[in-house]
Amino acid sequence: MIKLLDLDQNILIEMLRKMIMIRAFEEESEKLFMKGLVHGTMHLSEGEEAVAVGAVFAIKKTDYITSTHRGHGHMIAKGGDLKKMFAEFLGKDTGYCHGLGGSMHIADSNLFHLGATGVVAAGIPIATGAALALQMQEKNSIVLSFFGDGAANEGIFFESLNMAKIWELPIVFICENNMYAMSASVKKFIPTINISERAKAFDMPGITIDGMDVMAVYESVKEASERARTGNGPTLIEAKTYRYKGHSKSDLNLYRTKEEIEEWKKKDPIENFISKLKQLNIIDDEIVKNIYDKIDREIKEAVNFALNSPEPKFEEIFKYVYSEKGEGK
Amino acid sequence: MIVTYKDAIKQAMIEKMREDPRVFIIGEDIGVYGGAFGVTMGMLEEFGPNRIIDTPMSEASFTGVALGAALMDMRPILEIMFADFLTFSADQIINQAAKIRFMTGGQFKVPLLVRAPQGSGPGAAAQHSQNVEAWFLNIPGLKIVAPSNPYDAKGLLKSAIEDDNTVIFLEHKLLYSIKGNVPEEDYRVPIEKANIVAEGKDITIIATSIEVQRSIEAANILKEKSISVELIDPRTIKPLDVETIVDSVKKTHQLLIVHEGCKDGGIGAEIASRIAESEAFLYLDAPIFRLSGYDIPIPYNMNLEKKATPQVEDIVKKVEKIIKGEWYA
Repeated sequence: MIKLLDLDQNILIEMLRKMIMIRAFEEESEKLFMKGLVHGTMHLSEGEEAVAVGAVFAIKKTDYITSTHRGHGHMIAKGGDLKKMFAEFLGKDTGYCHGLGGSMHIADSNLFHLGATGVVAAGIPIATGAALALQMQEKNSIVLSFFGDGAANEGIFFESLNMAKIWELPIVFICENNMYAMSASVKKFIPTINISERAKAFDMPGITIDGMDVMAVYESVKEASERARTGNGPTLIEAKTYRYKGHSKSDLNLYRTKEEIEEWKKKDPIENFISKLKQLNIIDDEIVKNIYDKIDREIKEAVNFALNSPEPKFEEIFKYVYSEKGEGK
Repeated sequence: MIVTYKDAIKQAMIEKMREDPRVFIIGEDIGVYGGAFGVTMGMLEEFGPNRIIDTPMSEASFTGVALGAALMDMRPILEIMFADFLTFSADQIINQAAKIRFMTGGQFKVPLLVRAPQGSGPGAAAQHSQNVEAWFLNIPGLKIVAPSNPYDAKGLLKSAIEDDNTVIFLEHKLLYSIKGNVPEEDYRVPIEKANIVAEGKDITIIATSIEVQRSIEAANILKEKSISVELIDPRTIKPLDVETIVDSVKKTHQLLIVHEGCKDGGIGAEIASRIAESEAFLYLDAPIFRLSGYDIPIPYNMNLEKKATPQVEDIVKKVEKIIKGEWYA
């Protein structure tokens, strides 16, 4: 049963819209990749949209996030501009990072997004340090640290949770357990059923939720963020979810079955949220169609913007290696 | 006033912490204990545990914590107990701190200061004695500073705290107790500016860290033998002040580089190459020579430890040979 909480219907529709936007963005990204317009690699989060949207909608605009190599969803949920995102993908000067970061490192400091790292778990201590700064500055903001099940096996995950708890930092750790770290199944590499059990070692609240249910994510992050904001310390949330696509573009899906993927697709976060909102008469087919049509136009416009944007100039990139005094953020 | 190198470092931190509430120190046993080498001794009383932050033994993560705080407009001073332990911090320094600004197209500045004592001498064997500057020399985005006396230590540390980039500040353990004159008034020693320690005409010695002190002694002995040494201390190892060393070699026509770290890929290799490809090469009357640590781990036995790195008499002998033209004898 859906928990409407105190949410305005417009916010619920906006949450749906963002989830649809994330999926549409990634589907288009994949097409661009197949056409050879995007290079390197990219990590798609299709199937995981509810975690990004539920979590980001539960925090404030002035709360910070750190993201991962699979971070398009986080960025879009936080308010990312599709034009600048596609431009970054295509390595253009108009991209968020002037084409110097690409898919894995899209960030916008103005959106309180502290960056996405391509090294698994490396953002966890950075998020912890950002939370330490907020505590020292006596600010009312918190940090939401996104990472995956793979990161939960890195040493710095444990070290960071430990420090966050001993200092009671204003941070929410959200583990997007999509069941596989590349090909490494959680069943094979994590001895407990739930990753959230690891919170016990730090005397920290730990909770496992259905990461395919945007409202469940919203509710748990809301509660954890208020705990963090009121000085009551960190929380570990494990959102069980699933990535439909391979780990990256080299993935042949040899480690799982088609049946398993199809099983998870039955729990699709977007389809399920649409039917719930329809049941509650918040949306109808026409509203849904309008959402899809509008996003389709936005995507086309954003891709055109990116395609027609200039390349960054080699002579200009040296200034980003070091900061000169008094400039930058 | 006459102060030790250790106290000069402490004074720089105390003065900056009084002046700027964003400055704090984070590391192991830096509070009540005063740091493994006593550098922060007594600072807890003035600044309290919120600005002199003792950490658990989690170098990899508290390096990231300091980095996260740096992204949030704080001015963290990270103390690593022994520079050797920077191996734990390597990902946060190399993959994160050094690249965040570049990868985000200049959105962030990363004013992270990493202080670490390095070098051999106290007989602590191979894991507590390394010179680590070469480990980081190859990483764009980092600055590396290695002061050789109290005046430079204090002035460079203040500049490093104020620098908007990640600075690796390498203190030599044997230098902590040396004394020198430090002005009462506020001053800075600029990063990226070499120091001409002594002017001379027969040969240039470029020495770093502890080897500057040994080269001063060697130069005094050589003076009695009528050999005039121009001694240069780069002070900042990255980026190098190439102009000052090129000018000196053009004047003396001979060059000896002295550093304590290993020879393979050491700072001497970089300095030699810079000279070899500069116009100073055309002025050379002799090959460029290096005196460095042997390419062995530092031995525990103290007689062997001394033999493993350049001592005063080694420098004297090497200079005499170069001057006499006994280059390969």
